[in-house]
Amino acid sequence: MKRPLPRLRVAILGTILALTATACGSSFNDNGNQQSAGKADLQILIGSSGDAETTAVKTAAASWASSTGNTATVTPAQDIGQQLGQAFAGGTPPDVFYVDASRFADYAKVGALEPYADKVKGGVNDFYPSLRATFTYQNKLYCIPKDFSTLTLQINNDLWTQAKLTDADIPTNWDQLTAAATKLKAAGITPLVIGDTRDRIGAFMVENGGWILSKDGATVTADSPQNLAALQYVQGLLKGGLAVYPKQVDAGWGGEAFGKGKVAMATEGNWIKGAMQHDYPNIKYKVVAMPAGPSGTKGTLSFTQCWGISSKTKFKDQAINFVEAMTTAQQQLAFTKAFGVMPSRISAKDGYLQQFPNDKPFIDSADFAQGPVNAPKMDSVLSDFDSQLQGLANGDPKAILTRLQTNATTALKG
Amino acid sequence: MTATGASLTRPVVRKTPRTGIYGRQGSAGWLFVSPAVVILGVFLLLPILMALFVSFTAWNGQGSPFTSTVPMAGGDNYTNLFAKDGLTRLDFMTSIRNNLYYVLLVVPLQTVIALSLALVVNQRLLKGKSFFRTAFFFPSVTSSVAISVVFLFIFLNGGAVNAVLGFFGIQGPQWFQDSRGLLHVILGGLGLVNNDSPPAALTGHTAFGLSYWDWLAGPSVAMCAIIALVVWTTSGTFMLMFLSALQNLPTELDEASLLDGASRRQHLRYVTLPMLKPTLFLVLTLGLIGTWQVFDQVYVMSQGNPAKTTLTPAFLSYRTAFYDFNYGSGAAISFILFLIIITLTLLQRYIMRDRDDRRPLWRRLSKGGAR
Repeated sequence: MKRPLPRLRVAILGTILALTATACGSSFNDNGNQQSAGKADLQILIGSSGDAETTAVKTAAASWASSTGNTATVTPAQDIGQQLGQAFAGGTPPDVFYVDASRFADYAKVGALEPYADKVKGGVNDFYPSLRATFTYQNKLYCIPKDFSTLTLQINNDLWTQAKLTDADIPTNWDQLTAAATKLKAAGITPLVIGDTRDRIGAFMVENGGWILSKDGATVTADSPQNLAALQYVQGLLKGGLAVYPKQVDAGWGGEAFGKGKVAMATEGNWIKGAMQHDYPNIKYKVVAMPAGPSGTKGTLSFTQCWGISSKTKFKDQAINFVEAMTTAQQQLAFTKAFGVMPSRISAKDGYLQQFPNDKPFIDSADFAQGPVNAPKMDSVLSDFDSQLQGLANGDPKAILTRLQTNATTALKG
Repeated sequence: MTATGASLTRPVVRKTPRTGIYGRQGSAGWLFVSPAVVILGVFLLLPILMALFVSFTAWNGQGSPFTSTVPMAGGDNYTNLFAKDGLTRLDFMTSIRNNLYYVLLVVPLQTVIALSLALVVNQRLLKGKSFFRTAFFFPSVTSSVAISVVFLFIFLNGGAVNAVLGFFGIQGPQWFQDSRGLLHVILGGLGLVNNDSPPAALTGHTAFGLSYWDWLAGPSVAMCAIIALVVWTTSGTFMLMFLSALQNLPTELDEASLLDGASRRQHLRYVTLPMLKPTLFLVLTLGLIGTWQVFDQVYVMSQGNPAKTTLTPAFLSYRTAFYDFNYGSGAAISFILFLIIITLTLLQRYIMRDRDDRRPLWRRLSKGGAR
């Protein structure tokens, strides 16, 4: 037997719920953004590459804390994208955190980042212009690049000589790359491994003078003839067996295929050094810049992160001071030594080359490197592009780029 | 308070004086249930209503979604999923397709396996009963994340599964990199279609932005690995439910049917199964709900890859909200998922309804039936 709930009861219950809702809702409201004086307790969330990086950042943070009298807690994130997203929504983000270039625009657009770059002592002109451009949203530089890495071409010395190739055969443009790869293939060696994402194949688009977005990031230029020619060139390499995706040679990524000696050339970034040193110490290899496109345009991709400061932090001044301490040339060189990234300051270049003379091609590539797409709402569009690139060998490059153009244009408008 | 108390009581009772033995029963009842009501309201009903509200906004995850500065999106978050051509709809429909095939395979498989296991371990003559019961139930109590990681290793290109297949001379697929649909593979293997140039009749027409050819892809090879994992883990739980139901069945009926000369198959079909019907309903419902909400395995094992063939609505909702900062759209996806689950559960309830003359077709056709 059901008894109807009387209206008054419903009204009372409804009022209670509504009041609770308001209470819950109001707890979302941030009272932050005002500067607190005195000692700061900074929460720092880092997307660490491993123990080496975590230890190095913790040490640096501890010495900053003791010299300034503040406290700094460094937490390595399991999945920094997820943890930041939830922290922003919950209204309790960390004060300072790593921001990946590919996620930067999303954070900047929703106002999660404090644009502090103009308050940094000593200015920002010492940081590489391409890196600054990466962290610029609507003509405003939001955060200071932490470090960076670039894509280069790695060559396995033994396989190279085995195919009777010499230093003169080292490819500096696409034609030479095709020629060297053809010789390698004739000698029974798989020539080149290339990751099946925009983060590798995109380098060929840059070498041909193309890219997904225009220089100012305002328009989508995905279906340009330059991009089409670049994809067709890569498709030709794949179809002719001159290049393979890592999984075709049973590898998780290009470095693994290269380290196991399955391929003669790889297109990877600085991180391949660590893998070669620890996992495959017996492979002798050299590093050269990515080959230039048909018109002689040099190009490659750069990957970077910045020190983001939350727009809700109560310790803005201390946070900026912390970032300044983390990005001095001296501190960056210490980080470089600890976990092998490249310093984002031009003035640290010489110090870096003294430490790692063989890495000149990596750091020289900074001059012509293209950063990741830094427009908001692009993540799903670009992962869709990646899933298309996985089928590039048998796909239609024009259709792939048209699809990217349509999706990216929609995302850019919204 | 008296007035409200009076209005709560039934019309018959209302005329009696307040001093009666049932006088304050209503208020007392409310008092006693109020902790549960408040807890459910604050932690269940309220968040659902808040999420429903968010699904009509374009909230970007900054600050409170309940202020006047948050832009309202009206029904846009919902129409974008169904009516507007674009990546949002494409992703959503792909995830629906993936999950549909997932449900179609997982629910029947896990139910049949769970029932068979329960029948096996319920046999009186089986030795080491408790060992088998524990063994079959064990996957269910292990963390799904831990199991997912183990399965990742098993399904590596050079992993255990491919080693076993290789022993029989079969070249195993690259499980978690293989985005080919199972139906495509089977049809292509039979020579019915050419996967490189699929029939134009199927690729030429689209429903909700996805071509018929894509709708008919079947679960991808990668999805099959996840299906295998889920069937293996959940059938233990459901085995336990069937087992407890089996042990509650009256032995008189067993004996009666044996005396009447029923064979084992007849006994199962006409005596045991009809009596297990409530449990079957429970298992199917729980299975249906659980499979439409699949998230952790996808999150740990594939993140929707390869080529979005393991993308599910639950994972897509999470990604849309927490990675793309599109909280409105993410909430909208989860409410669509909610509707799908409710609809299917009601439908299933209707199909399995009992004790009336509009019996389902399969029971009308079968001779005799349970009654």
